[in-house]
Parts: sequence; structure tokens; C-alpha cells
Amino acid sequence: MPKDGGIGAPTRRREDYRFLTGRGRYSDDIKTQGECAAIFARSTVAHGTIKSIDTSAAAAMPGVLAIFTGEDFVEVGGNPAGWLINSRDGEPMKEPKRPVLAHGKVRHVGDAYAAVIAETVQQARDAAEMIEIDIEEHDAVVNMKDALAGTTYVHDEIGTNQCFDWGWIEDNRAATDAAIQGAHHVTTLELVNNRLVPNAMETRCSIGHYDTGTGDYTLHTTSQNPHLTRLLLSAFVMGIPENKLTVIAPDVGGGFGSKIYHYGEEALVLAAAKKLGRTVKWTSDRSEAFQTDAHGRDHVTKIELALDEEGNFLAFRTETHANVGAYLSNFSTATPTFLHGTLMAGNYTVPNVYVNVKAVFTNTAPVDAYRGAGRPEATYSLERVIDMAAREIGMDPIELRRKNFIKPDQYPFASAAGLEYDSGNYDALMDQMEKVADKAGFAARRAESESKGLLRGFGVNAYVEACGIAPSNLVGVLGSRVGLYDAATVRVNATGNLSVMVGAHSHGQGHETVFPQVVAEMLGIDPGSIDIVHGDTSKIPFGMGTYGSRSLAVCGSAVVRATEKIIVKATKIAAHMLEADAADVEFKDGTFSVVGTNQSVSFGEVALKAYIPHQFPIEDIEPGLEETAFYDPANFTYPSGAYCCEVEVDPETGKVRVNRMTAVDDFGNVINPMVVTGQVHGGLGQGIGQALMENTTYDSDGQLLSASYMDYAMPRADDLPFYTVDHSQGTACTHNPLGVKGCGEAGAIGSPPTVVNAVIDALQSGGKNVTHIDMPVTPHRVWSAMKNAG
Amino acid sequence: MNLTGSRTINADVKTVWAALLDPDVLKDCVPGCTEMAGSAEEGFEAKVVQKVGPIKATFKGIVQISDRIEYQSLKISGEGKGGPAGFAKGGADVRLEEQGDSTVLNYDVEAKVGGKLAQLGSRVIDGFASKMADQFFENFQNAVEKGPTGDTTDESAASSGDAPAAETDEPKKGWLGRIRGR
Repeated sequence: MPKDGGIGAPTRRREDYRFLTGRGRYSDDIKTQGECAAIFARSTVAHGTIKSIDTSAAAAMPGVLAIFTGEDFVEVGGNPAGWLINSRDGEPMKEPKRPVLAHGKVRHVGDAYAAVIAETVQQARDAAEMIEIDIEEHDAVVNMKDALAGTTYVHDEIGTNQCFDWGWIEDNRAATDAAIQGAHHVTTLELVNNRLVPNAMETRCSIGHYDTGTGDYTLHTTSQNPHLTRLLLSAFVMGIPENKLTVIAPDVGGGFGSKIYHYGEEALVLAAAKKLGRTVKWTSDRSEAFQTDAHGRDHVTKIELALDEEGNFLAFRTETHANVGAYLSNFSTATPTFLHGTLMAGNYTVPNVYVNVKAVFTNTAPVDAYRGAGRPEATYSLERVIDMAAREIGMDPIELRRKNFIKPDQYPFASAAGLEYDSGNYDALMDQMEKVADKAGFAARRAESESKGLLRGFGVNAYVEACGIAPSNLVGVLGSRVGLYDAATVRVNATGNLSVMVGAHSHGQGHETVFPQVVAEMLGIDPGSIDIVHGDTSKIPFGMGTYGSRSLAVCGSAVVRATEKIIVKATKIAAHMLEADAADVEFKDGTFSVVGTNQSVSFGEVALKAYIPHQFPIEDIEPGLEETAFYDPANFTYPSGAYCCEVEVDPETGKVRVNRMTAVDDFGNVINPMVVTGQVHGGLGQGIGQALMENTTYDSDGQLLSASYMDYAMPRADDLPFYTVDHSQGTACTHNPLGVKGCGEAGAIGSPPTVVNAVIDALQSGGKNVTHIDMPVTPHRVWSAMKNAG
Repeated sequence: MNLTGSRTINADVKTVWAALLDPDVLKDCVPGCTEMAGSAEEGFEAKVVQKVGPIKATFKGIVQISDRIEYQSLKISGEGKGGPAGFAKGGADVRLEEQGDSTVLNYDVEAKVGGKLAQLGSRVIDGFASKMADQFFENFQNAVEKGPTGDTTDESAASSGDAPAAETDEPKKGWLGRIRGR
């Protein structure tokens, strides 16, 4: 049985039945007797001082139960940043308070300054429109470089728009500068990593409940990270004791990072529930999602690559401005720094790396981790400048990469950006990519495209990322204010089936299918008898949530450790039942047997014995069969890959079409290849979307112009090619028990530079001297670049 | 967005100046204006119904006239709040030049929108603002050249408040206006 559904089996996702047939149960599906509705009044201006808020007309509207403004939350705490970054001069970052509702000032379009609670959503909406706010407008701070030069501050109390000025690694700066100074060739590229709206299919929703009998709070919310939300609400924002607050994230329709964080709406519905003794629900509409979900990326970078005569990389040096928006979201300071700067050595033996990141406050929505979180920005900068360098020095881009790859015998490899890569084989990935993508056939395909009047380009990319975040000891040194372990409880029920409580939250990743495969493999039982419980702080031991492709590597490892404990205890029980010494009992394929005899008991019999402990050695073994493990990894995991794609560019219109896309990834061991392939597909779609279509635009007044699907171009099926996905070249992670690395973000990390490199290759093949186009590479931008190149 | 233009009005500078300060003239000339009360000194309170892209809204706001240099120049600025639709605000720097019996009216218009109007209407806002300005000065020219009493057909078109109708009416009105102008 386990071999059919255990490790390595391409089992279909069991959760898809309910997701695909409308049987999922999302937060907004939860209807409670007597619930009322919250609607937020949000700023239509980007920056201004609140002179007055008059709620009297709104309060008199039908059905209105309560109105909250920033004044009501003056006494409570702010929503904190989870990671302390120190500037190059040792100064800690600036951390202005992020209140539940705007107080004193509004700082971005969509910043909530009041909330109306009414019997119905419609009544609350009507009343919210009657709130009179008088705002003295200020100039909006939008452009990052202007923000640093100007004297209009998003947060007046800190007297600057710079959150921090970070150097990584500061001690390597002089050596890097010297290497660049004396280099044979230096390639310089300035680029923009375009700002993205996460666009989870399910918008955010929060339901606050207060039990007037017990004083217990319950929050149902669209979260990737319910325990962190509970922790922040308890320790920082609301002061509700953790034991009096349950946070439940039921089915969640996608997150991509945007639902990792705690948002003010969650605190508001809890405060309102307490005040009214009623259940209070808020569901974001799509316009609110565009304005208030934490956005992604938004880096402006200058990168330099220094090479010697043979094409050996001598140094990478970058200067990046990273937009953090109007307030610090929970991971916003980690994303452009430790999830980005530490990856700036890429897959290469380059000896010198220096990264400078200035994080800048602007009057825009907060920016935080979005699928890939810092690593896509690193990979994009590296792989674009390498491609440009190859062209400048006249070397094949694959050859240049191979020349500088870390070789398989060099692991563990200490990168110049401060990480220790544990395993990998980048040449094997490249070999496989060239093979499965039929690189040899490219010339013929190019000729065919040209015969149709189209320019065809081949783009390549190599990436390495850091997943499975991460060792608490390490991240603690680096400024993290939380630990990044995870936890699992394996409960064997009396009748032999299992409930596995996991800290990782599943919102599209397939945990409900994959985690049982691991346990089934270990216990030799039917995975169908194992269910995953997640997303409810009252049911699971603890968890640090799902992000950074960490679920399997960290939480999956906790599941392994807990299952190992189960096996140890079950073996003792079996030994008692078999009247043998535990050392003589062997567990295999779901059966405990005494070595060298035909005596055995099944796993199910042992489970029953644990709960009906008649004739049980209670002095040696406790009844019951349930074990918990916390797992804290020794290192990040380092997935890597070699990607390529082919594009066709219409030289008349600038339209780009991705024609073939190949992703060869090293995810270490693979538990469920079908789920992994699906994860890569999703990442590729988002990466191609970033490369060709998606862009978030604020005008100079801080008005969000791309705030609906009319103006924000999401990729659709017909914008995307068929993919070739290969994960045959895995090298096992050396430090977690499953040898897994994480696959959730790779597609979004590897694909954007691949696409842009291919577009440049296509234009060059057509005699257009275009060396760079910023994403999204829209027809207008391609056409303009061709025109400007003459 | 910003736009600049000029019109030659077949009236002397004093007549044009007086018309610029007349709430009835302004009401007739602001496209979609359904109410206008107040005075040039105190400012006007106005209600304007307009449709921008997919959003139709009633804007309540104030129109103010400032920087007055008699018979030479002034600034008209307005800000309208459209509730959930967001806001629109704009200003026109107007300069008058005497040219024989006529007056050349030069204008620099700046228009801004915010909130839902910007979020959903940004693609059409430049065209919309340009159309609004054009219509305003077209109406103004007509009003002045016909005399200060105004013209009833023009008034009903300008204050119909029905944006889709106004859109389809617009070319016709422009056409009639041009005929009258000659």
C-alpha cells in the first residue's frame, strides 16, 4: 500500500475534489447567527493630515452599530516588523508605528481611517460613505530617489524617508570595489524589478468572534500563518492573551505571500466583536485588495559584474532602492535584505560580492514578500547582467555561466554572499536543460520563425535560492525577531487511523496529499487513513506558517520526527504484546515482528492496544499513541535550476510570445512529482506574468492607476506556453531527514530573467541593438526599444 | 494631466471678464453642472454629475476664483468629492488679451482625480479631462457671444446630468457652437 501512495508517488491531490467542485469552505463561506458586517472607510488621497472625522451622520444611518476611528486604537500597539535591520553605520532601522486605523495622517490610497459596523454589508457601506473626513493634503512621496532627496516625509516623526541603508557584507566592500576597479571588463546594468499585486483568487476576509461567557476570542481569517497572527495580536497589537485567542485559517484561496502578514482589519473585527458582543465579518472586495494587500518586488537596481580576460567572475556589486511602501509590513525588512542580498553570489564561485540596499518609505501600499521574496530580485539582477556580459565579451551565455558554476565536488560551498550551499549540481541541470529543451534544434526553429517574419530568441537562466527558512539560531543573529522552526503532532487514533496536526498552512500547496504520503511511507499504511489538520491554533501545537517554500523542508521534517517517535513507542508496545525485547522487534511494511520468528502484530493492533491498555505495562509505557515534534533546521535549503525559453517577437508590433519554456530544477528528493510539477507551473505563470504583463502603477500624486483587471494585466492561459518541467537531477538536501529542498517559488524566480534574456536575444538576432528592456516587456516597450535602437 | 489652449471670443474684454465671474454663466458652462450658487468673491458651491469611464458620480464641491487681475487674468479652481467614486479637482489659469474687437482667452488647465476614479478610470481620464475643458470653453464662448442671458438649448444640454447622453450630444453641440461662432 505505501508504495502506491508513499514517497515518490504522483498521487492526485485529494483536496482538489472539494476545491474543484465548489465544496471548499473559505472564510467568507462561514455564516454565523447574528453576525454583522464591517466596512472600512479608506483614504482617496495618498498623503495628508487628518484634520477631523465627523461620524455623526454615518452613526445615524439605518443599521449602524458602531463606528471606529484611529482614536479608538491610540492605546493599543502597532503592527510590528518581524525583522530588525541595522544600517551600515550600525543604526537600527526606522520603525514608525503602523496603527490599526490611520491616526493623525493617511499615508497611502486605501489607508483605512474608519470602520463602520452595521447589521448588513450594504448598510455599513452606505454609512461609510457618510463619514466626513477633512484631510489637509500633502505632496505624495512616490518615487524612491525623490523620497530620499526631499523633505516631505511619509512619517514626520522619523524625519527621513529612509528606513535603512544596508550593506552586505560591509567587510567585503573594499575588496569588491578594488576587484571592480582593476577588472579587465565591467558590465553595468540598471534595471527595475516591477511592482506586483499578488492577486490571490480569494480576497482577504476576517471574522471576529467574542464569547461573552468565557471572554475567549476567535478570529477566522485568510492567513498563511495563523500562529504568527495570534502572536502579533497578543504580544504587540491587542494584548489579548494567547490562551484567550484562537486563530483559524480555513481553506484559503491562494496567498503568494500576501496572507503571511497580520493586517489591521483582523484587529478591528476582534475589537468590534468585543465591543458589540456580536460576530463581525469583513470581506475585502477586489478594489480593496489592489489597494491594501501587501504588494511585491519594486526594486530599482544598478548591478555591476567584473570579469577577467578569460571570463571568470571577479565581483558583483549592486545598489538597490527597495520600496517598503507607507508602513513596514511584517517581513518587509527581511525581503530586500537577507532574502535577497545573501543570494547575490548566485550559482557562482565569484569571490567578491557587495550589496547595498536602501529601503524607502513612500505613499504607496506596503510592499512585502511575494512568491520568491527577494530571491527573484537577486536572480533577475544577476542573470540579466551575466547575459549582457556574455554579449559584451562575445562568449556564449551558457558557456560563461558554466565557466563560473560551483562544481559538484565543491560542496559544502561558502558563497561570497555569506551562505553555505549544502548540495547541488548546476552543470547537470544545464546539461539536462539543453537536452530536454532540444537546444540543438533551436537554429531550425529560429529559421522557421524568421520565415514567418518573426524574430526568435533563446533565453537561459541559472538560479539558486534559499528555502526552508530557516535555522532560528542563524536568523536570530541576522535580526529575525521570531524563530523559524515548525511543529507537528502525529495522533494515532485507537482504530488505527491518523490525524496529523501540522504548523504549515496549506492554501494551494497540496499538503493534505503530500504530508500523508510521508507518514504512510514511514508507517507502511494506507495514506488514505491519514488526515492533515492545519490552520487552527486550537488544534495544532504551533507553527510558523507557509512561505519561503518551507512547508515540507521544515514542517515535513517535524512530521518525520514525530512519526519516528510514534514508531519508537509503538515498537515498545508491540514488544510487550509479543513478549519480546524491543530491540528484537522489527517494524516493516506496517507490521511489527520478532526478528527470526513468525510472530507479529500489525500497526493497527498496536494502536488499539495503546488506547485499550489492558494488561499494559503502565509503569514503563504511557497509554495513548500521540507524539509532537518541533523541528528547527540546521541551514536553509538551496534549490537550484537551469531554465530556458524561446520567444517570438513580432518586429512590426513588438508583441512577444513565449513559445517554449523549460524548467529543470533540483528540488532534492521529490515526495510527489505531480504536485511539484503543479507548483512549478504556477510559479512559471506568475513569472511570465511579471516578465511580460503585470505592472503596478502609481501616478505622481500617489493615485493607484492599475487597480483593476482592466489596467492590471494578469496572464491568462492563452498568454502562456506548454511547459517542459523536469526534476530528475535532484541532489538531496544534506541536513533534513527527507532530503527535500522546496519547490513553491522556483518557477517565479527562474522565469522572469529567462524571458527577458530571450527577448533581447530575439531583437539582437534581428539586428536591433537593444541590450535591455525593463519588465513588463510589453509590446509598447519592445517597439519603443527597437525604434530607439534604430 | 495638463492642457493648454486658447480661444478667440467675439466680445470685448470687459464682457468676457464679467462672464467669467457670473455664476449663471459658469453653471451653464461647466459640463454636467446641475447646481451652482454663491459669488465670485465667496466662491461657488456646485454639484456636477459626470461619468468617467465606468464610474458615474455626483460631485459636490467648491469652485473658487482667485488671483484676479482685472480684465487680465484669473484662476478658476474646483474640487469635487464624489463619495465612494473618489474626487476630481482641477484648475484653469485664464489670461485675457485684447485683440481688436475680440478677446483671446488663453488657458492652462490642470486636472487630477483620485480614489476609484483614478483606479478604474485612469485609462480614459486624459481624454475625459481634455473633453471637459474643451466643452467648458466652447460653452463659455457660446455664452459670451450670445450675450449674458444664456441660451436655453445650451443650458439644457450642459445640465442634463446624463453623461452618456452628454457624450453623444457633445459632437452635435460642438458643431452648432462652431456655426454660431462664425
